[in-house]
Amino acid sequence: MDELKQILEEIRPDIDFKKETSLIDDGVLDSFDIISIVGELNMTYDIEINVEDLLPENFNSMEAIYELVCKLQEE
Amino acid sequence: MYINVLEILEDSAKKYPDKIALKDAEHEITYTELVKQAKQIASFIMKKGEWQSTPVAVCIDRNIESIILFLGIVYSGNFYVPLDVNMPAERVSLILEDLKPRLLLASKNQELEGYECIPYEQCFLEEILEKELQAVRERMIDTDPLYAIFTSGSTGKPKGVLVSHRSVIDLVEQFRITFPFPKEPVFGNQAPFDFDVSVKDIYNSLMLGGTVVVIPKQCFSMPLKLIEYLNEQRINTIIWAVSAMRIVENFKTFAKAVPKYLQLVMFSGEIMPVRVLNYWRSYVNAHYVNLYGPTEITCNCSYYLIDREFEAEESLPIGKAFRNTEIFLLNQENNTVIREQNVQGEICVRGSCLALGYYKDEEKTAKAFAQTPVHAFYPEKIYHTGDMGYYNDRGELMFASRMDYQIKHMGHRIELGEIEVVINAVEGIDAAVCVFDTKHEKIVLCYQCNAENVDAAAMKTRIVDKLKSRLPKFMWPNRYEYYEKLPLNKNGKIDRVALRRIYEES
Repeated sequence: MDELKQILEEIRPDIDFKKETSLIDDGVLDSFDIISIVGELNMTYDIEINVEDLLPENFNSMEAIYELVCKLQEE
Repeated sequence: MYINVLEILEDSAKKYPDKIALKDAEHEITYTELVKQAKQIASFIMKKGEWQSTPVAVCIDRNIESIILFLGIVYSGNFYVPLDVNMPAERVSLILEDLKPRLLLASKNQELEGYECIPYEQCFLEEILEKELQAVRERMIDTDPLYAIFTSGSTGKPKGVLVSHRSVIDLVEQFRITFPFPKEPVFGNQAPFDFDVSVKDIYNSLMLGGTVVVIPKQCFSMPLKLIEYLNEQRINTIIWAVSAMRIVENFKTFAKAVPKYLQLVMFSGEIMPVRVLNYWRSYVNAHYVNLYGPTEITCNCSYYLIDREFEAEESLPIGKAFRNTEIFLLNQENNTVIREQNVQGEICVRGSCLALGYYKDEEKTAKAFAQTPVHAFYPEKIYHTGDMGYYNDRGELMFASRMDYQIKHMGHRIELGEIEVVINAVEGIDAAVCVFDTKHEKIVLCYQCNAENVDAAAMKTRIVDKLKSRLPKFMWPNRYEYYEKLPLNKNGKIDRVALRRIYEES
């Protein structure tokens, strides 16, 4: 989780990822953040986040992103 | 002949009274109701004061209320200025201090510290002041300002580009005769209303009696939702920033869902990578148009209707000038028009499309909108785009590069100088320059510090804090590079060329 936090903070140093729970629903993250985040996650964790994984519920919080990464790593 | 954009609106309202003119995720409004509400807003403004051609600012959102307010302001005889109040507070005040708007109207009950924002519901006067509205209309001429849009300025202060009715009328008249619009166009609006790309959605739709559907912002982060929305709303025409089309390609969205109704796809804002265009073309059978031009010439001055196949390593032409617009290339000495192929020159523009100038900035206006070098016999202004271009072997106009430090990043037009001004003001910074690594599409900040024993991490925090209060997120550097001593060129200036090369090659 710490590594993930670092990745996210590198992209958006202005966001407190421990607190936010509606990153997508409230429009905190925009489309360019999503592109950057997905690119970084794919590279760091050697996974492939598919367009079907791009759902608000998978990106609304750091927790949710973490779960998505874990799920894809298992596959 | 139209002399006021409201005549375009009223013509369509007569032809299609019950048709939906504007629509967003929550509301929709017919042409008849749109005219009525805009007049009620105008009546409210006119009760506040008898102003003519003065700025009224609108706190915009992704909603139809923003557009209704724009048109209300136009009915009152004033011009509108879209304002994104989610920008850092200092930048918003920088703009407002310069603009000094008569009123600040909120499209969604936004609040702004230190300013009175009138909530949307309170912007209406029940009884329309028809007589007064008529009198205002009779005084208005087509060169009166319609809107001002603020764009990045190299000295650290955003510039307000002021555009007249005439320019927008010319734009939509040329669009109508040039492009194969669907019979009943449904525009899928992507661009925020403080970007002039959205001007094309609004006024082309009014001209053609179409419908503007404001697409929720979240759709662009979740591309499958976007396609679903396009299909649900039966959107058949899009005029998007290249960056929005790239998102769809980036996630290989079309493998899972394809837009079913698109007939006309136009794009602008930055160079369209052929790879992205080919991806779209292989799934979506529509007309594709590459549009080119800065805000100062009212959205676009040239177009290229894609009519052949392109290889990934080729560049798309920016094509040829719209009717009633002339584009020409000027040599470095600014005295000769270049007509031969494959010789670069500055892209210059003349026509009704030229903006009135930068609001309250005579000096910058005079520099960018200057007397034509072709003759000195009568006043004739041309706009210097600062873009270098050339004609290819087919005689099509091509974009080559920028003459200065302006960049296009994530669909935004950014002056690197504006970022540098902010960072150079951070305590402890000795010198800072920003270079744009075009290969990785990252803004790289290179800085050196004057304080002893500076911790790079602490310095970065200090810089980020400053950025947060001054610049919108899209202007923040993507990489921070600390230098003990920044490299200098032979003139003793920081060597930007060398720095850029370092990062592009890394």
